[in-house]
Amino acid sequence: MTAILDRIGRAFLRTLEQTGLWFDALWRTLTWLFRPPFDVTEWLRQMVRLGVDSIPVVFLTTMFTGMVLALQTFQGFQRVHAEQFVASVVSLAMLRELSPVLVGLMVTGRVGSSMAAEIGTMRVTEQIDALKALATEPVQYLFVPRVLAGFIMLPFLVVLGDALGIYGGYLVAVKLMHTNPVIYRQNTYQFLDMNDVWSGLIKAAIFGLILTLTGCVRGYYTSGGAEGVGRATTYAVVSASLIILLSDFFLTKLLF
Amino acid sequence: MISLQHVWKSFDGRQVLRDMSIDVERGESVVIVGGSGTGKSVTLKHIIGLLRPDKGRVVIDGVDIGSMKEVQLNQFRRRFGMAFQEGALFDSMSVFENIAFPLRRHTKMSEAEIRARVEECLEEVHLHGVEKKRPSELSGGMRRRVGFARAISLKPEILLFDEPTTGLDPVISDVIAELITEMDQKLGTTTVTITHDMKVAFKIADRVAMLFNGQIVEQGSPEEFQRSTNPIVRQFIEGRADGPLTDVD
Repeated sequence: MTAILDRIGRAFLRTLEQTGLWFDALWRTLTWLFRPPFDVTEWLRQMVRLGVDSIPVVFLTTMFTGMVLALQTFQGFQRVHAEQFVASVVSLAMLRELSPVLVGLMVTGRVGSSMAAEIGTMRVTEQIDALKALATEPVQYLFVPRVLAGFIMLPFLVVLGDALGIYGGYLVAVKLMHTNPVIYRQNTYQFLDMNDVWSGLIKAAIFGLILTLTGCVRGYYTSGGAEGVGRATTYAVVSASLIILLSDFFLTKLLF
Repeated sequence: MISLQHVWKSFDGRQVLRDMSIDVERGESVVIVGGSGTGKSVTLKHIIGLLRPDKGRVVIDGVDIGSMKEVQLNQFRRRFGMAFQEGALFDSMSVFENIAFPLRRHTKMSEAEIRARVEECLEEVHLHGVEKKRPSELSGGMRRRVGFARAISLKPEILLFDEPTTGLDPVISDVIAELITEMDQKLGTTTVTITHDMKVAFKIADRVAMLFNGQIVEQGSPEEFQRSTNPIVRQFIEGRADGPLTDVD
């Protein structure tokens, strides 16, 4: 019994410590964001790496999700003769929920993990000490460009995901299920509100911040050589995904 | 110029430095020797402010760097050049970009001036035609030399070398030792080197200090050090398995 309580206590303290490190890193990233030198080239490089290079993954994920969603809802709604609502369900689900969450999770797997691995390797090979020795603050050089890239580029990826998901649904409904294309298009926009678009984009920006900062923090506090880098990479993906899914609920509650 | 005063440092309950004190004069080349895990790297990291002492002071030119804020310390570090054990080169950059990195961040030099300075630094370490190579394409000795070139690019007043010859063959170790002496004399810097290679230590040092059990137990000129009767120093110089060094473990 004591052993179980001991383990629970240790896990709780570890979580508390990690949370503290995360918020400390967030604060330091925000303060270093406004201090010169502003390494715009590095900012752009990270934006390309996170944003442009993620387009193929976002394309496949959101397009097929939109297609599956249309297929499922069409077959379900057919039972109650409500096929005309398929378009509205697809567009609302993509904009408000699926596109931000799916893009967030996919980019976490693709970019968050590589950030943890890259920064973790820099830590164990003394490159982070070398940065400090060269009078360069690692938070400013490593965290700021990555977090900024996540915060700015994820909304763009989500806009793309929204469009592709809705188009995927349209393809299935019109080409496969032979729905009237004019009515489908009309129903896509009929129940949409600007708030549906904005809320998805706000979620995307916050998910972008979460996944990049988690990757950076996990990498920065790596210890224990190659094994430690592997561990940091796994933790980065797992914890960023969990934080995204948990915060999604609270953000949805807050935004609607 | 550099003064470590009664420094204590521990990690996870393990005491590494115990009341450790050492002074390094301006322009002097001091080599700190000692076995593995005796706190040599920890000492060097205290000098440049990468670690802060639990107790005691690290004073550089009358300024206690232990009490500095991170932003001030960053400014202060521009006076230092540090060469790391394996070079610690940024593997996402070429050799040229590695050496140009501090120049781009801390000076307003034009691209042409940066190019000229990088070439000058590579010349100092006797390397040619490697600017476009990635660190992974270089041999161990070359990586160290590129690390030296990066360390001197901002023309520092203080140079720190962390185990500059570890893992290199005896010939390349000698080349590196000669290079350190040459750079030290040419640039007129204050130099602190840590190593466990006695041949290198005697070649580059004005003064050799021995770190044992978290303290400096002996120091003197290379000649004095070689003549020392201290059993700890004798065992280390002669590389014997039995003696006070191994009794501790």
